[in-house]
Amino acid sequence: MPTDVTPENVEKTIYDGLVELGTERDELSREATLEDLDVDSLDLVELAQIVEDEFGVELKGDDVKDVKTVGEVIDLVVSKSS
Amino acid sequence: MTRRVVITGVGAITPLGVGAEPLIERWIAGECGIEDGEGRCREFVATDFLSKKEARRSDRFAQMAVVAAKEAIGQAGFGEELPYEPHRVGCVVGTGIGGLPSLEENQGKLIERGPKAVSPLAVPLMMGNAAAAAVAMQHGLRGHCYGVVSACAAGAHALGDASRIIRAGDADAVISGGAEAAISGVAIAAFGAMEATSPTGISRPFDARRDGFVIGEGAGILVLEEKEAAEARGATILGELLGYGATCDAFHLTAPQPEGTEAARAISLAIADAGLTAPDIDYVNAHGTSTPLNDRSETVALKAALGERAADIPVSSTKSAIGHLLGAAGAVEAIATVEALRRRTAPPTVGWEEADEGLDLDYVPGASKPIENGEGPLVAISDSFGFGGHNAVLVLAA
Repeated sequence: MPTDVTPENVEKTIYDGLVELGTERDELSREATLEDLDVDSLDLVELAQIVEDEFGVELKGDDVKDVKTVGEVIDLVVSKSS
Repeated sequence: MTRRVVITGVGAITPLGVGAEPLIERWIAGECGIEDGEGRCREFVATDFLSKKEARRSDRFAQMAVVAAKEAIGQAGFGEELPYEPHRVGCVVGTGIGGLPSLEENQGKLIERGPKAVSPLAVPLMMGNAAAAAVAMQHGLRGHCYGVVSACAAGAHALGDASRIIRAGDADAVISGGAEAAISGVAIAAFGAMEATSPTGISRPFDARRDGFVIGEGAGILVLEEKEAAEARGATILGELLGYGATCDAFHLTAPQPEGTEAARAISLAIADAGLTAPDIDYVNAHGTSTPLNDRSETVALKAALGERAADIPVSSTKSAIGHLLGAAGAVEAIATVEALRRRTAPPTVGWEEADEGLDLDYVPGASKPIENGEGPLVAISDSFGFGGHNAVLVLAA
């Protein structure tokens, strides 16, 4: 069963996912930009796989191409599920 | 004016340890890094040297290349800024197989969970040019850059190509070598199925009891520079890559041509390329895989190419101490050769005890011995032969 898509659950999954991809946990915040975190297009595809596994929400390359911050990624996942 | 190619830095990850120093010192001491029938680099943990993100984005063979390159470039005295214009520095790194563990892992995901589970990193992890790309990216090398894939001759082919790039005037320096980390399910099963690997798990090249090679992993990277440019910047010169010869048996998919005709031709071509003749050769770092076929045909080839000189000089195989590093072998062995010449010492063919009929060269049994030829620079050949009939031979001096 996919996990419920609440902002809290999504934030936890995104944060854990970014740490798994090599980002330092203490650098993470909703305001942190993907550029500052050195998160690139390949990282976003891996993150999308983690999100889909966890919540059953599918993110395509087009969905995330304008996303700038971690908070925007979280909001995008939440909005896509509703 | 002929452009000459010198070696100003070396770096190695091998079953004898992390660094070129443990490779040569432990081999000269007659030690063997093979355990449980495999030459694993047990001391190499990628995250000891690379960030988590860097490590995730490279398969083990490329991780090893990056770390070996750091050692080599450090020894060469390249600072934060390259001593040459970036477009004048190349990167050529060989591999036999590439990122096989990454391929296997993603194949498993594909079968178990479907195409959506396959990592977007799968291709850049497994591609054979990944080591060259990773090293180039790490150091901003913007000249000729590619991988060389010729099975167990790849490391030597890479160095040969790199020397040609410098000699042709297309680069002032090339970071070059080989890397392999394919001790994984498919490779172990496949080499076993073709009865290429040793069922006893012992690497004893040229010994009558030899029964196959022992699979190993590792990387060897060298900094090659044009001689006058290296001297102008005050670099310490470790040795010189004097010559390169390459041929193909065009005979059998895996077996060497028994008479070693094309292997001998590669040796002769390399010596001629160096402007030398057989009596100038003081030491042979053999391909010496410990397979029944290679060690016999290589002995025949050495006799054909070197004539009477073959019986007078030490011939030893690094694979007796570390196993067969496949696409990394030629580069790691080039490093071992240069370092052996610098110490004027022929390391032993570890474990050699029993002579085989017709295999009657001086394989340096028991312990290291001096390489004797006056006081001047010593010259060696390093053989590398690969499945597919690929023959690549380097002439090195130090």
